[in-house]
Amino acid sequence: MKQFWAFIIKEFEHIFRDMRTILLIIGIPIAQILIIGFAVSTEVKNIRVAVYDPSNDVSTQLIINHFESSRSFEVVRSLQSPDEAERLFQQNAFDFALIFSEHFDENLYHTGEASVQFIADASDPNYGNTAVAYATNILSDYQQELMQKAMASGMNSANFRIVPQVQMLYNPEMNGSYNFVPGLMGMVFILICAMMTSIAIVREKESGTMEVLLASPVKPIYIVISKMIPYFLISWFILIIILLLSIFVLNVPVAGNLIWLNVFSLIYILVALSLGLLISTLVRTQVAAMLASGMGLMMPIMILSGMIFPIESMPPVLQWISCIVPARWYISGIRKIMIEGVGVIHILKEMLILTGMAAAIITLSLKKFKTRLE
Amino acid sequence: MAKLEIDGINKRYGDVQALTNISFRVNDGELFGLIGPDGAGKTTLFRILTSLILADSGEASVDGLDIVKDYKELRRHIGYMPGRFSLYQDLSVEENLNFFATVFHTTVQENYHLIKEIYQQLEPFRTRRAGKLSGGMKQKLALCCALIHKPSVLFLDEPTTGVDPVSRKEFWEMLKRLKQQGITIVVSTPYMDEATRCDRIALIQHGQILSIDTPENIRKAYPKKLYRASAPDNFSLLERLRELPEIDSVFLFGEYLHVTLKKDDKKPKDVQLQLIEPGIEDCFIDLLRQK
Repeated sequence: MKQFWAFIIKEFEHIFRDMRTILLIIGIPIAQILIIGFAVSTEVKNIRVAVYDPSNDVSTQLIINHFESSRSFEVVRSLQSPDEAERLFQQNAFDFALIFSEHFDENLYHTGEASVQFIADASDPNYGNTAVAYATNILSDYQQELMQKAMASGMNSANFRIVPQVQMLYNPEMNGSYNFVPGLMGMVFILICAMMTSIAIVREKESGTMEVLLASPVKPIYIVISKMIPYFLISWFILIIILLLSIFVLNVPVAGNLIWLNVFSLIYILVALSLGLLISTLVRTQVAAMLASGMGLMMPIMILSGMIFPIESMPPVLQWISCIVPARWYISGIRKIMIEGVGVIHILKEMLILTGMAAAIITLSLKKFKTRLE
Repeated sequence: MAKLEIDGINKRYGDVQALTNISFRVNDGELFGLIGPDGAGKTTLFRILTSLILADSGEASVDGLDIVKDYKELRRHIGYMPGRFSLYQDLSVEENLNFFATVFHTTVQENYHLIKEIYQQLEPFRTRRAGKLSGGMKQKLALCCALIHKPSVLFLDEPTTGVDPVSRKEFWEMLKRLKQQGITIVVSTPYMDEATRCDRIALIQHGQILSIDTPENIRKAYPKKLYRASAPDNFSLLERLRELPEIDSVFLFGEYLHVTLKKDDKKPKDVQLQLIEPGIEDCFIDLLRQK
């Protein structure tokens, strides 16, 4: 135990005596969170639509048909009441709700005006915006059709208005940070934990100190675990900074339970640490460790985690691949718990997947860890 | 009693045969030198003996412990100082020493008597970071760290490489005193002149042991008479001697030429040759020539 402490203290000394390390692990997250990411416009496909249709008349059926025939939408269920929409939204049963008013057809033909409500999940603002834009297009196409038909049949007061009422759930102001903060967290922890841990372990190999340590009675596994602990604590510290910055600077409130948010994040941090450990068993130089964690982890996170491009609009192959990117599950879970404010029960799947990943990677890297030099 | 027993160790890296059938013993309390140029296989052998890498074949035991089966226990009994400076450059002298003491389940106080003499020289710099020490100081600190747990066998891989001559001399003095405290020391060096400071030496080249004996016996075993010659221009003399039929070998040694003759007493006429005692390097070159 005393040995173990000596290792941890030594590790902290390494970190705090190297200004570059400190800047890297504290400076980068802060800089990133303060420089809000660009809005990347992307095509959205396969938006899952739920419909509430109390009128169930010709017009509503036609509109639903239009939605169904569109490449972007896919009607997945019909709702019993408008209230159900909110509830099922939290369970992520669909991404977009179409709520018709009562007597839709009647209103449309008699008063020339009918209303329909769009509810979009805007915790990813890009996604929400695009979905609403597509839906509005479909609606105005339908309006045009109606008018042409009316003209053809000789009606002169051919003026039909269908008024969409848009409701953005979870992120009513379409604040970009809502999307950015969870993505940033997903990335920063990989950066600090995976990259810094692997570099720290490989540095011992490179500087020859690993040789001395291995020739000593220290259990080699202590060497690595004691490397993980300081980075674990630092990551936690950074998590708190990110949360404070996002609440007080970016005005992103934490809607969900703060304790579960922390627990969930710590599980993800553990995954990242074990990835760092795995990398360190595979490479020999600090540069290689940096490249492996940079290219091997950062790129998939940026592209496949849903941080920038919505996973739903990726081709199926990429969607499958994205399943093995831990950040995908973390970001999706963080969006739910932090932005949507749902209970822990709704992120159970993400939590279990991340826990499983951590266990698998740790087992693998312990198997690969060598008690000798080669 | 043999402290170290090595039996038929072989090690290959790809196409390079790093060690070929290495066998020798080191006795308890001995200062044993492994002498050979860079790339001879000294570091590989050290790493095998300290359980850091596995040999392809062969067996060895250190302090009665098998280097493969008992590697965990073995690591408690040995002290190892790698060839490259391998301490934490960003930790201070004191911090490094305390850290390694803890790693070996001991404290600096407990075995202070072992390192006292060496550490006293480091004392003025104890808060200085190890990376900022001079070469000689670094070696002293590394030795302290390797000694702090009172190992029964100490492995020092080229401890004097890159160290100034005065510090080298001091370092050997320290080893002598450690030997007096009963620690068995295996040390490697590329400097032939350091060989005489060891009780016994093994000459190693291309992964093979050329000879193992006391430095004295190795020198005695030199098969020929050795002569010394010199001239203001050694190179032209060297060229000239190589042409002469009586000459067996000529090598440049610093400011002199070392010469052996085909027949020991048949000297060439017009060259001044002075009979000298062969050094370890002469023996080494001769052994290489025989191969």
